[in-house]
Amino acid sequence: MKDIMIKLENVTYEYKSYIDEEVLTAVKNVNLEVEKGEFLAILGHNGSGKSTMAKMMNGLNMPTNGEVYVMGMNTKDEEKIWDIRAKAGMVFQNPDNQLVATIVEEDVAFGPENLGIPPTEIRQRVDEALEIVEMSQYKKHAPHLLSGGQKQRIAIAGILAMKPDCIIFDEPTAMLDPNGRLEVMNTIKKLNKEEGKTIVLITHYMDEAVEADRIIVLSEGEISIEGTPREVFRHVEKVKKLGLDVPQVTELAYELRKEGIDIRDDVLSVEELVELL
Amino acid sequence: MFKDITIGQYFPGESLVHKLDPRIKILVIIFFIVSLFFVDSFYPYIFILLFIVVISKVAKIPVSLVLKGIKPLRFIIIITFIINVFMTKGEILFDIGPLTVTKEGLSTAIFMALRLVFLVLGTSLLTLTTSPIALTDGIEKLLSPFKKIGLPAHELAMMMTIALRFIPTLLEEADKIMKAQMARGADFESGNIINRAKNLVPLLVPLFINAFRRADELATAMEARCYRGGEHRTRLNELKLDTKDMVVFVSVIIYFGLIISTRYIKI
Repeated sequence: MKDIMIKLENVTYEYKSYIDEEVLTAVKNVNLEVEKGEFLAILGHNGSGKSTMAKMMNGLNMPTNGEVYVMGMNTKDEEKIWDIRAKAGMVFQNPDNQLVATIVEEDVAFGPENLGIPPTEIRQRVDEALEIVEMSQYKKHAPHLLSGGQKQRIAIAGILAMKPDCIIFDEPTAMLDPNGRLEVMNTIKKLNKEEGKTIVLITHYMDEAVEADRIIVLSEGEISIEGTPREVFRHVEKVKKLGLDVPQVTELAYELRKEGIDIRDDVLSVEELVELL
Repeated sequence: MFKDITIGQYFPGESLVHKLDPRIKILVIIFFIVSLFFVDSFYPYIFILLFIVVISKVAKIPVSLVLKGIKPLRFIIIITFIINVFMTKGEILFDIGPLTVTKEGLSTAIFMALRLVFLVLGTSLLTLTTSPIALTDGIEKLLSPFKKIGLPAHELAMMMTIALRFIPTLLEEADKIMKAQMARGADFESGNIINRAKNLVPLLVPLFINAFRRADELATAMEARCYRGGEHRTRLNELKLDTKDMVVFVSVIIYFGLIISTRYIKI
């Protein structure tokens, strides 16, 4: 039997627009299961409901209809909400707006401090978490002097120190430069492969989604495509119709095939394409 | 424009003064200020000065850095001095136009100016030797007995920490907005003071809006990290009083007690 980390059952999220009090639906009747140890990427253009969905996965948003379970705990259960948030940590887009303290290690300690962990264990967890994100040498630094990618890794360490089983990333690289993106993506992959954390990565970068085990594409609050990266990006036209791109290599292969060159339709990496040609 | 604003003037070090419990340091400074206001003649100032010199020597803080604290307050000190010089009645020394300088005026003026200088020096010694985090921790712990009467000690300390954390971020942002607007022809540097203030409005509006947006995001992030107020919270670095703290505390109290006593026991 597979262990289910997060489960969404017929989830709908509605909110009122500020301007004309109109009820808008951000997420429509979504069913989704995230397995333990899985790396799931959620794609979708702006306003497709992906951030809203992420925030429902650790009880920051409550579904209007349907239920969300994290390790079997319903997010509507007020008594379990802190357990849920400790199990399913969340990293946000803007690294500046999620760091609390003026010194790196104090910030990493913020989560475990909130959980009421004894000081000696906090110390141990902080050192461990900083080790994993490879930021140990910066532990006495002030966060505002670090680069975007480093700040985001500190934010990840802050979540890791709470020892979650699952980490939800809400566009963690959207505000970073290419170097920072690479650093953060490497950290995320490491967390999944070496630390065995379940990862939910919300992104609009296709090359990041390619790294996942499974991709779901959201559109207008509904799941429109679901499958492994190969399965998803094979539908080049459908993906493009949803306002998204496919990875550059996949697109190149697609164009080549249109020109009559016989090539597989699920190429994902440069190396792969080179080999095929 | 924003380059010269230093945030907290902490001067890192490993001295005894640096290692003292922040609570003790805060209390010592309170006693320092109280005794400063009890002093009513010149000679106890020698002991106050001695205290400042000894502490800065032990903490190995350069004299220039300690004296730098006076700079932002120089106008207040000068104004106090001038007012006291001219406003005190007594034995007339000489006249400057309609103003007269009296012997008593001159001595009160020097006395008051020195009091302000010492006040600034003493308090800047506290901020020079204590990191902002230690300071907020100390304040939180010192205020915690007042929680019973509804004082939100933890919340105050948390607010101070967050403010300290965001000052550089907001300064950087202000700088960015300013440059963006200067690139489009905004003028922040010429005109009289009223015009310059008016020109700041287009800078402040986006800054405020962004600050609120940041606050909202930060609140969400804190909630996601299980923040639920001060209860059941532990700390990475717990404050602990040891014998060295107690020894320093008691001896400093005796020292200041003696300074205060000079007001009542004249020799």
